Amino acid sequence: MAEHDHDHDEGSHLTEMDLRVRALETILVEKGYIETAALDRIVELYETKIGPHIGAQLIAKAWSDAGFRQALLEDASIAAQKFAEVGRVGDHLIAVENTPQVHNMVVCTLCSCYPTDVLGLPPAWYKSFPYRSRTVKNPRSVLADFGVTLPEESEIRVWDSTAETRYLVLPMRPAGTEGWSEAQLANLITRDCMIGAGLPRKPGEVA
Amino acid sequence: MDGVHDMGGMDGFGKVEPEPNEPVFHHRWESRVLAMSRALGVFRAWTIDTSRHAIELMAPSMYLTRPYYEKWFLRNQNLLIERGLIDADEVAAGHALRPAKNPTRGPFTVTDIERVTKRGSYSRPAPGPARFKAGDRVRTKNIHPTTHTRLPRYARDRVGMVERLHGAHVFPDSVSTGKGEDPQWLYTVRFDAQELWGADADPKLKVSIEAFEPYLEYA
Repeated sequence: MAEHDHDHDEGSHLTEMDLRVRALETILVEKGYIETAALDRIVELYETKIGPHIGAQLIAKAWSDAGFRQALLEDASIAAQKFAEVGRVGDHLIAVENTPQVHNMVVCTLCSCYPTDVLGLPPAWYKSFPYRSRTVKNPRSVLADFGVTLPEESEIRVWDSTAETRYLVLPMRPAGTEGWSEAQLANLITRDCMIGAGLPRKPGEVA
Repeated sequence: MDGVHDMGGMDGFGKVEPEPNEPVFHHRWESRVLAMSRALGVFRAWTIDTSRHAIELMAPSMYLTRPYYEKWFLRNQNLLIERGLIDADEVAAGHALRPAKNPTRGPFTVTDIERVTKRGSYSRPAPGPARFKAGDRVRTKNIHPTTHTRLPRYARDRVGMVERLHGAHVFPDSVSTGKGEDPQWLYTVRFDAQELWGADADPKLKVSIEAFEPYLEYA
C-alpha cells in the first residue's frame, strides 16, 4: 500500500501538502513564533515516548496490585502520574473496568477525543467515520470488524467522549496468567483493548 | 451546529478498517502539522473548542473527503490569519513578509514542550451547587444552536440517568462564542440504547455522553 509507506515518495496531492505545510512552518519560524527544533522534539516524543506502552504498564499494575487497581478506578489521573514519560498525565482521565457482565468501549462521535497522555496519538480507525458513527448504535458490528465477538448476554457500555474527560478501559486479566510479572502482563495489553475495540492477547498468543 | 461532524448513529460509512502496525504518522507533513498544532497552543490565541468549531465550519464536502491532518492544517492556517498572527499574502509567498505583530509571543522552544504534551485542565470552581445528583432521571434538551455545542444530535430530547459528576468545567458552547469560560457542572448521563434508537436497538447496550448542566432538565 503505497499510501501507507512511510517514505517520502508520495503522490502529487501529498507533495503539495508537504510544500504547503513547509511554507507555513517557514512563516512561523521566520516570524519568531516557533523553533524548528521544538517541532522536531514534539514529533520525536509522539513517535517514541508517548504511546500505548504507558497505558499497558498501568493496566498490568492494576492486574497485579489490588490497591493500585482501586486507585486507578478512583482517580486515574493521579494513579497514572508516575507512568507518564513526559510531563505528567493531564486531568480528567477516567478508567472504566470490564467485567464478565459488562464490556466498555470508548468513542468520540463529534471529533477525535482520545486518552492521548496514556495511549499516544489515536490510530486512524479511531478517527474514522465508520467507527465514530456506528459505535454508539451497533457496537457489536464494530467489534466484528476487529474480529471480536462477545457473548450475547454481555452488556456493552459505550462512553462517548463529548467533553474533556478521557476514558481508558481496564480490560479483564486473561486466564492462565497467574504469577506473571507486570512486564509479562504488559505484553498482553494491546492499544485496542484499552479502547474496548479489542480484548487482551491470551497467554498462548505471545512468544 | 447540526453539522456533518456530528456522526453518532449515521449509517453508510462502511467497515472499520484497523491497520496492523500502523505508524504514528503516515507522512512527514502530518507530523509537522501535529507538532505545529501543539506548539501554537502556548500562544493561547484560541481555545480547544474554537479549534474544534473551526473544523466543524468546513464545508461538508471538505470535511468528508480531506485527510484528518489536512483539516488540522487548514484550521491552523485560517485561525492564524484570522487572529492576525500571519497574513494571507505571507501564505501565498511561503515566507514572512513583515515582523510579528506581537513579538512578546514566542518563540516556542524546546523548553516549552512539557506544557503542550500534557493536556490542560478544564476544571473550574463551580458557579453554584450541582442541580442534579447521581441517579437522577434527566432529559436532554431539544436544542439546535447554529454555534458550537457538545450535545450530539442522537442524544437530544432523550431520557437518561445521571451516573457521574465531574465538577464544573469550561463550557464549550460559551467559550467558543466569545462569552468566556462560563463554567458549568459536567455529568456522565447514561441512556438505554432503545431510548436512543428505538425498540429494535440492542437491549444489552447502554451509551453515555458527557453532558453539561445547561443541556439537561429533570425528566
